[in-house]
Amino acid sequence: MSEEPPDDAAAAPPAGLSRRRLFGLAGAGTAGVLAAGGAGFLLGNPSTGSGAPGAATSGFGELAAATAFDGHHQAGIVTPAQDRLHFVAFDIVTDDREELRAMLQEWTAAARRMTQGEAAGEGGAIPDVPESPPEDTGEALDLPASGLTITVGFGPGMFLGPDGADRFGLAADKPEALADLPAFPGDTLRPEISGGDICIQACAHDPQVAVHAVRNLARIGFGVVTVRWSQLGFGRTSSTTVNQVTPRNLFGFKDGTNNVKAESGEVLDEHVWVQPGDGPEWLTGGSYVVSRRIAMTIETWDRTSLVEQEQIIGRTKGEGAPLGTGKEFDPVDLTATSIPVNAHVRLANPNSNDGAALLRRGYSFVDGTTDLGRLDAGLFFLAYQRDPRTGFIPVQRNLRTDVMNEYIRHTSSGLFACPPGVDGPDDYWGRALFE
Amino acid sequence: MTRTVRARVGLMTLSGAVLLTGCSADSSGEGASGGGDEGPIAVAAGDDSCDVGESELSAGTHTFAVTNNGSQVTEFYVYAEGDRVMGEVENIGPGLTRELIVELAAGDYETACKPGMIGDGIRNDLTITGEAERLTEDELLAQATEDYSRYVQSQTVALTEKNDEFVAAVLAGDIPGAKALFPIARTYWERIEPVAEIFGDLDPAIDGREGDQAEGEEFTGWHKLEYDLWVLGDVSQSGPIAEKLQADVAEVVELANTTELSPIQLANGAKELLDEIATGKITGEEDRYSHTDLWDFAANLEGSEASVQALRPALEERDPELVAALDAEFANAAAALEVHRVGDGWQLHNELTEEQLQALSDAINALAEEVSKVAGVIAG
Repeated sequence: MSEEPPDDAAAAPPAGLSRRRLFGLAGAGTAGVLAAGGAGFLLGNPSTGSGAPGAATSGFGELAAATAFDGHHQAGIVTPAQDRLHFVAFDIVTDDREELRAMLQEWTAAARRMTQGEAAGEGGAIPDVPESPPEDTGEALDLPASGLTITVGFGPGMFLGPDGADRFGLAADKPEALADLPAFPGDTLRPEISGGDICIQACAHDPQVAVHAVRNLARIGFGVVTVRWSQLGFGRTSSTTVNQVTPRNLFGFKDGTNNVKAESGEVLDEHVWVQPGDGPEWLTGGSYVVSRRIAMTIETWDRTSLVEQEQIIGRTKGEGAPLGTGKEFDPVDLTATSIPVNAHVRLANPNSNDGAALLRRGYSFVDGTTDLGRLDAGLFFLAYQRDPRTGFIPVQRNLRTDVMNEYIRHTSSGLFACPPGVDGPDDYWGRALFE
Repeated sequence: MTRTVRARVGLMTLSGAVLLTGCSADSSGEGASGGGDEGPIAVAAGDDSCDVGESELSAGTHTFAVTNNGSQVTEFYVYAEGDRVMGEVENIGPGLTRELIVELAAGDYETACKPGMIGDGIRNDLTITGEAERLTEDELLAQATEDYSRYVQSQTVALTEKNDEFVAAVLAGDIPGAKALFPIARTYWERIEPVAEIFGDLDPAIDGREGDQAEGEEFTGWHKLEYDLWVLGDVSQSGPIAEKLQADVAEVVELANTTELSPIQLANGAKELLDEIATGKITGEEDRYSHTDLWDFAANLEGSEASVQALRPALEERDPELVAALDAEFANAAAALEVHRVGDGWQLHNELTEEQLQALSDAINALAEEVSKVAGVIAG
């Protein structure tokens, strides 16, 4: 899946062990660690001595493979959705533009390495000088790249400070669409887990790999950024390619049947990627991501009758077919009386929203239990779009009368502009803003 | 309120028929209501007493004339087994007499006066003599919807009266009076909320919370007045909101009384009321300014029980074990709430600890799991 070898892959770091190399040495011996995935999970990634990790061929090997880091668009958007997520939002704490720029450059290099199965820093997890702290935190040693993607986004606060000040000389570059989302009816947002100046979405097939990425980036960012909030997710709730089976969310329903998918071709240009002339040039080829932590009232949902659950969603629970039809991918017929007027599938449908479509990339979450002993669980909704003003905002407004609202609470919200992808090791996230 | 208007296409039906009041000429009634009607039975209700003129009557339609000799507002109920409400009269002020007309088949009943409108009340046995009726299952279900419709009607009468008092207090600038009436007026609404909810925009206009409104929609209704009373402490500008509330309630009352819920809707309504407790009251979301959530909690619980008990005869035919489980869990939930009784009212939500709230949450979850089975039993 990797289209070109990472630049540093051919030259193994002189000091310490790279994750990939260590993995190559220890792979067979540690296969049991991932017994649930089968030995093929590890063995399918023949990395020893290979310049291109992730040359997986079959079976679980595909889950171990690396995803290309460079590209016109950032990876992690139309990339087939991995199984695990660690999403983090940072606040910028420095006042120094150069510090911020340098951190983004360092982040990009670390992300490039980690997505290819390498250590975060060149010094690796086992430094030559044992008196030094390891440059990489080490928990991903022995683990394959696991499809890791690291996707960055910039919040409104990167351009304008809380007082509206031009904190880094970037105010003129702020896209108009990058404004705080409006309040929506029924919002129960918690400010301390909302917003943020920069976000990182780390997705991988192994949660430890995703967590490792965020942990190391946060460490690199100390003094420049501080973690504002973060969210773990599991069990992707959307398929982003036609090859993926539509997964189920914690309501037990298939989620994302009508999602915009990687194969959607020009639909992606129309709905997902920022086009030339849409706004400031630096964002062309990028996208906007909306994050919403949507807590589900699991206990009340679970005692709702099947027929009511299906009327709320507008699809059958088993097959996932629109009510009144037979198959999952049968079109949603908005003239059909079989789908209630306030059913989710009707209100969220592009045809109910002037054609607005989103590329959803959400994950389920269970953050333990609440103070009342209830599951603190739901959907961490992530949606990529060309412009939130014609994407998420009108769709979410249209969901005001969604009967499903009785069973959900939006507790966190964020909007970030994701720059286009990077082009080779000299490029870095946001370079067009700083140079 | 619930956070969205429930418009369940295919589940809700509106009936154009005006419901019959206490004296119902239902499909099962013609032959069975031959006896009775020997003139009103006097009930003397005090703060600590409830003297019912008769303890044995013949089957048929009877009128109870309930006089409140006490100092508190009282209510009078006739219950069949399991506290199935056969008839009730609400909001009987001190010194007032109100009549309850109720049709009773042969069997064992209880009457109850509820001074202060809370708790189990002061009970007396009432035996109705005559030939026991044997109704078919269809007749039992038809009777359930009629019984529940009668319950809705008596609640809406009291809702109108108490809300009028609340509105008058707001208009008069009587803040302490309005604060005291706020949770009481809402009680009648919260008992029958699944009925009120089906009328489109009226529920959000009457019972919407701040932030639930769409763009351009005004925040109105009880919770706006709650905000004015508790947060602003000023109702000098609240007149139009209070008057609109009065008009909206009048409209919903009229609609509610032309609506008949199906047996399945009764079952679902009972579950929804418990879900309301779980998501709105235990969390303190509903009455976020006054913290009077436990009044709503009690009302939702009573309303849920009234719906379920209307179905009781049919449930006993089909699943007596479920009836026993429902009885036990309703009793458990009421006992869990009873801990927080303060005089005629309840502790405020912000006075409860997390442990106490979790105990309430657990009791409602256990009850709601049983109640959620009722619809399937009725449908099956």
